[in-house]
Amino acid sequence: MLAFIIRRLLQSIMVMLAVGFIAFSLFNFVGDPVSLMLPPEATAADREEVRKSLGLDEPFYIQFAKFVGNALQGNFGISLRLGRPVSQLLIERLPATLELAMTAALIGLFVGIPMGVYTALRRHSVTSKILLTGSLIGVSLPNFLIGIFLILIFAVWLGVLPSFGRGDVTHIGLWSTGFLTISGLKALVLPAVTLGLFPVTLIMRLVRSEMLEVLRTDYIKFARARGLTNRSVHFGHALKNTLVPVITITGLQLGGLIAFAIITETVFQWPGMGLLFIQAVQFADIPVMAAYLCLIGLIFVVINLLVDMLYYTVDPRLRISRAAAGGH
Amino acid sequence: MKHAPSLTSTRRIALALLAATCALFIAGAEAEAKTLRYASQDDPQTLDPHSASLLPTTRVLSQVYEGLVMRDKNFKLVPALAVSWSQPDARTWRFKLRPNVKFHDGSPFTADDVVFSLGRVLHPLSQSKTFVQGVASAKKIDNLTVDLIMKEPNPVLLNHLFQFRIMSKEWCIKNKAEIPQNYKENEDTFASRNTNGTGPFKVTLRQPDVKTVLVANEDWWNRNAPDHGNVTQVDLLPVKSNATRAAALLSGEVDFVLDPPPQDIARLKSNPAIKVVEGTEARVQYIAFDSFRPELLYSDVKGKNPLKDPRVRQAIAHAIDVDAIKEKVMRGLSVPIGTLVTSGVQGYSKDADKRYAFDKEKAKKLLAEAGYPNGFAITFDCANNQPAADICQAVPPMLSQVGIRATPNIVPQATYFPKIQKNDTSMYLLSWSTSTFDSLYTIQALLHTNTGTQDGNGDSNYGRYSNPKMDALIDQIKVEGDMKKRDGLIREVLIMANSDVALLAMHQPLVPWAMRKNVDAVFSPNNVAYFYRFKIN
Repeated sequence: MLAFIIRRLLQSIMVMLAVGFIAFSLFNFVGDPVSLMLPPEATAADREEVRKSLGLDEPFYIQFAKFVGNALQGNFGISLRLGRPVSQLLIERLPATLELAMTAALIGLFVGIPMGVYTALRRHSVTSKILLTGSLIGVSLPNFLIGIFLILIFAVWLGVLPSFGRGDVTHIGLWSTGFLTISGLKALVLPAVTLGLFPVTLIMRLVRSEMLEVLRTDYIKFARARGLTNRSVHFGHALKNTLVPVITITGLQLGGLIAFAIITETVFQWPGMGLLFIQAVQFADIPVMAAYLCLIGLIFVVINLLVDMLYYTVDPRLRISRAAAGGH
Repeated sequence: MKHAPSLTSTRRIALALLAATCALFIAGAEAEAKTLRYASQDDPQTLDPHSASLLPTTRVLSQVYEGLVMRDKNFKLVPALAVSWSQPDARTWRFKLRPNVKFHDGSPFTADDVVFSLGRVLHPLSQSKTFVQGVASAKKIDNLTVDLIMKEPNPVLLNHLFQFRIMSKEWCIKNKAEIPQNYKENEDTFASRNTNGTGPFKVTLRQPDVKTVLVANEDWWNRNAPDHGNVTQVDLLPVKSNATRAAALLSGEVDFVLDPPPQDIARLKSNPAIKVVEGTEARVQYIAFDSFRPELLYSDVKGKNPLKDPRVRQAIAHAIDVDAIKEKVMRGLSVPIGTLVTSGVQGYSKDADKRYAFDKEKAKKLLAEAGYPNGFAITFDCANNQPAADICQAVPPMLSQVGIRATPNIVPQATYFPKIQKNDTSMYLLSWSTSTFDSLYTIQALLHTNTGTQDGNGDSNYGRYSNPKMDALIDQIKVEGDMKKRDGLIREVLIMANSDVALLAMHQPLVPWAMRKNVDAVFSPNNVAYFYRFKIN
């Protein structure tokens, strides 16, 4: 087990180096931040001076080597757009993104699972059909459109929820949380629903199909034959067995939610890492882009690792087959 | 115990008094406190007045820091930190400084601060050198008198100086911010996060991309100016998404939007709670041509360059229907113009502001005369910001009517500027703001031959238009001290540029500001909202 974890950690370093390298080779095409840093009044000489002072005149592999060297010392450089250390910016923005992604994932679980169970058990009811059709909309409508709809209804027409921002936050050490103030909670509703809509529909459909499959299996028939109540059969036996893949998918989705909260964060001016990244792209803010991509790479690697370990412990069959195959 | 009752009553009276004072104070504060919630898509990059000096940064820092001179409501230059000035000789400007001015931290403003700030703005790391163009050094004469020594004469120095912001020497030294931020050394300086100016507002909170709070400076020297408004606090809220920014105004979460999305203007106007103020910025959008290369990079004409021929450029001018662009693309938010500077800029003249009539037949005739009866193909480069991207798509169909087959090539701004700066273009769209409000700045950068010596001549002349006669005139304007003569020379240059279609000026965009009905805003032609002139009713 330990060897497995160590190997995966080593692999994750390789993944991040690869992400960084690819990112840097692409940065040649994102354009020149200097033209956006200086006023149009600046002379060509001024521009050249700034370009040199930023080390942008060097070829990308040298820039990359310097980036890796500095990153190993915990220094990710200075944001060209905001003029502040990148690591500091990311630490500041991380709580907002994590709180948003976690809330969205929880919405996904707590709304998606009951809906999935319901649509599996009452396959032919009108409500099920409405939910299934509705879920198609949830899967196919882009995030920004949903976000704008919600803003129009709840902020402009009804005026009950804020259209942008994070409300008042409370600082606990390095962490800033919006969970402890009314305005923070209110501000969280619309973005979290927007971001959570996709996992809701995904989990609902997953639970439904798994549930339908499990309900057909022999042990459910035997459970019914034993005279157990419907309730016990459905929730005690069937649902429990459908949850293993749901946990896996939710874990992977969480990575996706963190990485792809970009659109939702932009629509709601949610001060998270996604908003930081999208503005970095527009500004060709290379240090921020590089650090963000590496961080997202790391988050995905860690989540995959956790999910793999979860498999390993949850499903006894995996351990046996791996042992029989002589390792992993 | 005997005294207890009287003590209680005294205490009661004291309490009542205290409560009354509190109530009065709160009532007073309620009547006084006027908070403006301001939204715009951009956030300042830094709070350092001598670092990055792009417009979003200027919009905030010009509330906090001041220059020796400033612009009044009508955009005339008026005294600010200097009360008067004179030119003892051609190379010296002498400024008498305003007495009893205090920085936000309470320290007095003196000549030392001016000398220090000049050194700081001239430092190699500074990105604001253009605001002190021509100045070599500063010399303190006495506590309230300072000389600026010129390395070359600059008759319009004051037009530049109004953006040269004065910092406190003592404060900079105390906080180790004597030089502008060094990005390469990964520095995070105190002055990029904190401010200490002399201006009408102080920064009390700064959260990049979230919120910046400005609070009125009660001790500002100009507080009793007739055009002073009543705003006591400004919350600057960056909202990147266009739709969200408009929604926030509609829902009443913000009071003012600097850059409402053009497609929403009509809707905002129709809302009774909202008004839209349209102002004119000193900006001209123009099309430029590669009139340098013997053969164009992006064209099907081989062996020669059609754009070298003024008749071809005139044909393009005749082929473009600027009024249609105004109606369809700009949604009415533009003023067609025939010259590169706008009225109100020093040197603007009506004789130069003549548009080529929209006339397809004339255009075809000119093309035929130039030897291109069947037109030619060309690529038209534009940045992907608005309205440039939309104009880029509107122009080619107009050109195709006269036989010029133009292909729009729209790229992100961060790639667009390096591309045209390398002259890697045949025809491109750009806009130019005469931020000094003096024509020389524009004609020197856009029309003078780029000599490659990085002396400011033709610095933004990426099509490399070259006209020796015009160069000679511009060089003469640089040193001409007699303003009347100088205006005449500028007029000559602008007329020449117009008849030659050195650059094809299209229009001056109108800038809409949207706000709640109870906000009174004074538009400023540099598209900066000066909050001290705002009123909330």
